[in-house]
Amino acid sequence: MRHCMSPLDFSVEELDQMLDLAVDIEHNPEKYSHACEGKKIATCFYEPSTRTRLSFEAAMLNLGGQVLGFSSAQSSSAAKGESVADTIRVISCFADIAAIRHPKEGAAYVASTVSGIPVINAGDGGHQHPTQTLTDLMTIRSIKGKLGEMTIGLCGDLKFGRTVHSLISALVRYPGIRFVLISPEELRVPDYVRDDVLRKNNVPFEEVIRLEDALPELDVLYMTRVQKERFFNEEDYVRMKDFYILDKPKMDLAKKDMCVLHPLPRVNEISVEVDSDPRACYFRQVQYGVYIRMALILTLLGVKVC
Amino acid sequence: MLSVGQLNEGVVLDHIPAGKAMDIYRKLKLNQMDCQVAMIMQARSSKMGLKDIIKVECPLELLNLDALGFIDHTITVNIIRDGEIVEKKKLKLPKKLVNIIHCKNPRCITSIEQGLNHIFYLADEEKELYRCQYCDEKYHSHSKE
Repeated sequence: MRHCMSPLDFSVEELDQMLDLAVDIEHNPEKYSHACEGKKIATCFYEPSTRTRLSFEAAMLNLGGQVLGFSSAQSSSAAKGESVADTIRVISCFADIAAIRHPKEGAAYVASTVSGIPVINAGDGGHQHPTQTLTDLMTIRSIKGKLGEMTIGLCGDLKFGRTVHSLISALVRYPGIRFVLISPEELRVPDYVRDDVLRKNNVPFEEVIRLEDALPELDVLYMTRVQKERFFNEEDYVRMKDFYILDKPKMDLAKKDMCVLHPLPRVNEISVEVDSDPRACYFRQVQYGVYIRMALILTLLGVKVC
Repeated sequence: MLSVGQLNEGVVLDHIPAGKAMDIYRKLKLNQMDCQVAMIMQARSSKMGLKDIIKVECPLELLNLDALGFIDHTITVNIIRDGEIVEKKKLKLPKKLVNIIHCKNPRCITSIEQGLNHIFYLADEEKELYRCQYCDEKYHSHSKE
């Protein structure tokens, strides 16, 4: 049985197949509308996440399946002290596949070690969020037509931003990728990403503080939110939260075909005036997220649609 | 070179850096084993200057060589039969550590979930770097508790 804990669980070839499947779903949704009839996904969310949870639920409903689950630890047996391992053992009796979000890192992995059904990590604290990375890859490939030979700018909270770490790890496997890492000194990418991922794979990168300096050379700009919940100290959060704001004058510095991505929710880091710019792709990204989750569910359940 | 003395059957852990024998005694839980243990501290060594030695009267299988390899893979393991060294075993950094070190990341699931094994995998042999199986928190072999 296969689980999805990290985007690196899949080889580049497997990822390509899954992305091809997602594209086919995008273009022929009716072909897949009964693919998971009689099957159920359990969305087990121990912390709030409307977007990811609804995306999983929409994905299963689009496939003709059904959904059950909980949306906070308080509404699950965790409030009574039940372990993640016990919860997934029980849920394995109710559903065919489970998506788990938990504030503790490694929670989904614990579930996968005892589960009787495929487990998808829907985010485990600041650690991994593989379906966001799959969404990002699909968005880049759909809009740019490729996943290599590009300069990718990552901007904002590069220290705690798990989507950034996962995306870097996934993209270094493609040829000709170059990164520009844009962050304040305090929110630079962790050493392990710089040393174990970028340097180890001989991937060129530079670290800059000013977004304006990086913009003209970027093919993709990935903006991130400074996440309040990752800070232990309110003062540090307040100092960092508005460090970057992408607005119209800054967009004027960018290439005409650059695309702007954001894992959402956005707060102040992208001005609403940018939304109408054709290069703003973050809402299309949400739609791609549903297609790739549909492809992932089909892949993990081993459902083939002819 | 010190003689292995009267140990007829067992294991001699040699070339332990001076002062580390007690740490190894605890980590290998030798106090919980039903066998004789002799420790020689600060013995003179032509190779190391000073070294510690531990003699344990037990079969090799009872010793946690993964823990020992993690503590210091330069330690020599001599297997003794009939009072003679019959084999010198070289230690390697183990690929996986189970319940030898604990994850200190407060965000790791092991900090709240009871009964989980603390598992670390060898992420970089050259740097002697281990990572937590659950959260990928790093742990350098040379910064052992």
